[in-house]
Amino acid sequence: MSHLLIAAGDPLYFMGVNLAVVIIALAKVLVAFGALMGCVTLMIWFERKVISDMQSRIGPNRWGPFGLLQTLADGIKLFFKEDLVPANADRFTFKLAPYLALVPALITFSIVPIGGSVTIAHHTFLLQVADPPIGILLLLAMSGLSVYGVILAGWSSGSKYPLISSVRASAQMISYEAALGMTVVTIVLATGSLSTHDIVTSQAHGVWHWNLIRLGVVPFVLFLISITAELNRPPFDVVEAESELVGGFHTEYSSIRFALFFLAEFMNTITMSAVMVTLFFGGPAGWAPNIPHIKWVFPIIWFLGKTTLFCFAYVWFRAALPRFRYDQLMDLGWKRLIPLSLAWMLLVAGFIVSPAWGFGLAAVGLFGSVLLTRAFAIGENREAGPDAVLRTIGERPLPPYILRQLTDGDDR
Amino acid sequence: MIAATYAIPDLIVFFAAAAMAIIGALGVISFRNPVHSALSLILTLLGVAIGFLEQQAHFLAAVQVIVYCGAIVVLFLFVIMFLGVDNKEDVSVEPLIAQRPLAYASVAVTVMGILAMLSRGGWYTGAQVATGASPGGNANVQAVGTAVFTTYLFAFEATAALLIIAVVGAVLLARRDRTGEEPLEGAQA
Repeated sequence: MSHLLIAAGDPLYFMGVNLAVVIIALAKVLVAFGALMGCVTLMIWFERKVISDMQSRIGPNRWGPFGLLQTLADGIKLFFKEDLVPANADRFTFKLAPYLALVPALITFSIVPIGGSVTIAHHTFLLQVADPPIGILLLLAMSGLSVYGVILAGWSSGSKYPLISSVRASAQMISYEAALGMTVVTIVLATGSLSTHDIVTSQAHGVWHWNLIRLGVVPFVLFLISITAELNRPPFDVVEAESELVGGFHTEYSSIRFALFFLAEFMNTITMSAVMVTLFFGGPAGWAPNIPHIKWVFPIIWFLGKTTLFCFAYVWFRAALPRFRYDQLMDLGWKRLIPLSLAWMLLVAGFIVSPAWGFGLAAVGLFGSVLLTRAFAIGENREAGPDAVLRTIGERPLPPYILRQLTDGDDR
Repeated sequence: MIAATYAIPDLIVFFAAAAMAIIGALGVISFRNPVHSALSLILTLLGVAIGFLEQQAHFLAAVQVIVYCGAIVVLFLFVIMFLGVDNKEDVSVEPLIAQRPLAYASVAVTVMGILAMLSRGGWYTGAQVATGASPGGNANVQAVGTAVFTTYLFAFEATAALLIIAVVGAVLLARRDRTGEEPLEGAQA
């Protein structure tokens, strides 16, 4: 028992953990939590301001300079509102759901490297809350768990529209998780490690080494689309489609529980922007002047700048793109994103082994896509054929006579 | 004796994880509401994931959470909500004859098997041979990958084929032409 022997020398030493390690870990967690909370208030303000600019409105401008304190005022207001639990609700699950949404959002941020390493009093540590061996898999695990917040909130509310919302959420999450996972595999293949720290350091030697360019732009596009769908952000927000489902899964929520959902959504937006920067844009990599003592600041500035760009992109999506219809959403996920991400993963794997394998797998992918296109064409024709009961829901809204056939049975 | 063989923090984590798994398992079979049962199943799966983590199998723990908690139970919930949670089932009529005696028999066989394994190997994992410390970090992922694609390649490919067959079968069953039958239940509304 070697650690017992060492423990005799340092009373606080226990299994390789001493006071300095504990303090560093605590400080990292507290700073990250505080920074994330601060960023969320800024993000809410940012989103409202940018949206109102894009829609030629003024937006929040009463509280603080440029309306910066509006979020704080809203938070206080929500805190003091009455907390209602519907009579029909499943009380335990209803109260649990907001926390299930919030906790994964917080945990995911812990694997994002914010800067390089810092040395304080001979203790060198990474500017990253945790660097677990499973690294980026934690992102997939947490995005898998975060869906429970939505599903259980919708179900436990005990009313119809939230239930529809949670059925949609569960189907949507499963559909897009596959494409997301395979895109992440592409990055892991190129890096040779799951750790986010390694992913960032492997991209540190200039723009040409960024995964965005190194892997071709396709994985980035796939990742952007599927992560937006995982976040339920517009244009993939069928879960809380206001025009169809009132407010979706959080219709019945009020007061602080509603605020927690709101918090989780914006926290997720920031975290996923940061993850995207980490995976495809070199994280904190960028030009840094060699000034002693403050050299460590520049990577953080680069990181914040890149992340802000993506936060802006999300707001931009919301302002510019109309919401997907539910069947279009499913078609995009299953028929386009999953095959494409699978093919691109094979392509990258092939080129890592040798160019010959790469071109071989490219040919296989091309052949597969031809087959798939043919299969889609046959499937669509078959669906529209005279002997199928379930007629195609097609490219435009249903014509009335088809709707009548579907609802009244086939008794012409 | 146990504490002498295993470090105390390991032991605490193991018992906590085991308690999670067992409480969850009891919840799955005792809750009346299927959604609550599914929630208990998540607790069990997370407990098993912690057990993997405690044995340095980080990759397995991650996959456990991603695949089982993140996808399979979500699918369960999807089906439960789709079919309607509030439908009261009539349990007095047995759809499968003799399923209860068969269930008792299979539980007995499983318990006997576990006892036999415990009597021969480590009580901790049920493993016949103590494998020693597993490689941590990236080496762990590499070890799993190498094992799956060399030693256990046949089992891996057979599982993959099985899953594909299941998917194709499910699609075939769901996509058959329904012209001869009465319209769907939902279509009458």
